Amino acid sequence: MTLRLATTLALLITAAPVAAQQVQPPPAAPAGAPAQDEGLSVTVTDESAWQDLQVAIPAFATDREAPTPANSQGTTALGLELARVIYNDLRNNALFRPTGPDSLPKPGYAEITAPAFGAWRGRSAEDLVQGYVRAGADGRLTVGCYLYDVALGEELTRGGWVVQPSDWRRAAHKCADLVYSRLSGESPFFDSKIAYIAETGPKNHRVKRLAIMDSDGANHRFITNGQATALTPRYSPDYSKIAYVSFLNGYSRIYVYDIGSGRQTLITQSTNPTFAPRWSPNGRTILYSMATGGNTDIYSVSASGGGTPRRLTDSPGIDVGGSVSPDGSKVVFESDRSGNQQIYVMNADGSNQRRISFFGGRAATPEWSPRGDLIAFTHIVGDLRVAVMTPSGGGLRYLTNDWQDEAPTWSPNGRIVQFFRTARGSGQASIWQVDLTGKNLRRLPTPVGASDPAWGPVLP
Amino acid sequence: MNRLAITLAAASALALTACAKKPPAQLPPAPQDTSVPTDTGPSTSGPTPGSEEHFKSVMNGRDVIYFDTDKYDIDSEDAAALRQQAQYLLQYAQIRATIEGHCDERGTREYNIALGERRANAAKNYLVSLGVPAARLTTISYGKERPVALGSDEAAWAQNRRAVTVVLQ
Repeated sequence: MTLRLATTLALLITAAPVAAQQVQPPPAAPAGAPAQDEGLSVTVTDESAWQDLQVAIPAFATDREAPTPANSQGTTALGLELARVIYNDLRNNALFRPTGPDSLPKPGYAEITAPAFGAWRGRSAEDLVQGYVRAGADGRLTVGCYLYDVALGEELTRGGWVVQPSDWRRAAHKCADLVYSRLSGESPFFDSKIAYIAETGPKNHRVKRLAIMDSDGANHRFITNGQATALTPRYSPDYSKIAYVSFLNGYSRIYVYDIGSGRQTLITQSTNPTFAPRWSPNGRTILYSMATGGNTDIYSVSASGGGTPRRLTDSPGIDVGGSVSPDGSKVVFESDRSGNQQIYVMNADGSNQRRISFFGGRAATPEWSPRGDLIAFTHIVGDLRVAVMTPSGGGLRYLTNDWQDEAPTWSPNGRIVQFFRTARGSGQASIWQVDLTGKNLRRLPTPVGASDPAWGPVLP
Repeated sequence: MNRLAITLAAASALALTACAKKPPAQLPPAPQDTSVPTDTGPSTSGPTPGSEEHFKSVMNGRDVIYFDTDKYDIDSEDAAALRQQAQYLLQYAQIRATIEGHCDERGTREYNIALGERRANAAKNYLVSLGVPAARLTTISYGKERPVALGSDEAAWAQNRRAVTVVLQ
């Protein structure tokens, strides 16, 4: 049995530092899966069918207890932690009805590929996530993940990853992504990161620091020390850099922080204020806004540096922000050229600028969904609320209703929107997220106050 | 106060519009004398002429001008304050100043940086029109990041929509 399992694994896993998941092509939707809802201009899948699935996630097994830098108590304890991460990913995002490892029996290593289906049926589990972790001679960890349909007694999918011990949580997120994708039909999003601004101190002396964390809040790290105010970070699509605004030395200017080297570079040498940095989806260009004599316009510059910035807007009003469509062809941005903040779309070269928001109030901070079908933005009618609309400006729909919610950012699969909420009076800021359905609103746990979330893509 | 504003508006060809804006509730009282003292008195322990502290003391609240929601125009009251600032800056020809633009909290972060920049530039342009060399003036916008009034009500927001002239040492 052990030998057979090992052979299976060898096929599953490549030698890359983090092997791409070796998954079979996605099978056809399971019987009873809901049809795509074409009724609304916004396509929101009826999630009730899969949302109610009972998913059991027992502790991952290990072939032999071994020490690992990933867990001071060894691979058995690590197997429990892996299952907990998967359970919390699903539970915190209100996906399915998961049961975690702390209230389930622990399958042995041999059971991982041959589940005791009868026992799981007895626990009313409809789907079962089992897995294992092994410590290799080189210290790296091999994590296997299997999803079973308990009623059918069949395997639905599997994945395997070889990771450095410090990346053990990524293997758990990959497994959660595999389970979520297979059962819901949606694209994965757990194995991703968030850059944001950590806020501490009183309202009139607030310290704002650049910080990063995994999508579940783990591996939290402060990047800047808070001496200079930092604002509006954006991860590069490959997560190697973060563009953000710093008020260092009395200027507000965009810096690009290289995570590997810790080096920071200015996006332009101009002493004019630059702000609102945005990466193109392919990471090759950065959009930014620059004020000259009080007039703000949007520019585009090569992300590799050295190129001449190209000015995309020239209205006498404030043109600011910008979010590139997933196919790279268009930019949605904000302008007050009509008298107040409204949302416009233009071609990537700046041509054909046209307003799309015509529903009253002010409209700001547009962000194109990674799926391309929607634009999330801040709608201001006294209060600030997060809303979505189609790229042509139709189908306005509010996702939040509070005193001040602003600056939406999309989950990598375009199903969840994060934003920050400011409390009236204290000005305390916190990061929240809500499903595209408007359900499952929740606050993200952060060590201190938090604003300006920027969710990056799923890691390869 | 009203008489003073009207007098200054009439005196200034550059004053743009009548004062339609209500001043913030907690604005310090306007000074009685609009001229800049040329002599700060002998060897008292007051601030050094030309210093940031001295400027603030002489301006007596008029180092700050206020704006309506989403606006950046210089009204007659702002013009009066800026004239006084200009007099000071022309008197102490060696000093430089930076003008900070600010917004209230009821807007989005990035737009407010752009709007604060507009406000700071409106103040700067007015000072330049009064003869202050542009090379001595810089601007910076803090958007909504540095409020002075901490409440979440109209009175606090009115105090935070401002441009502050700060003399650089």
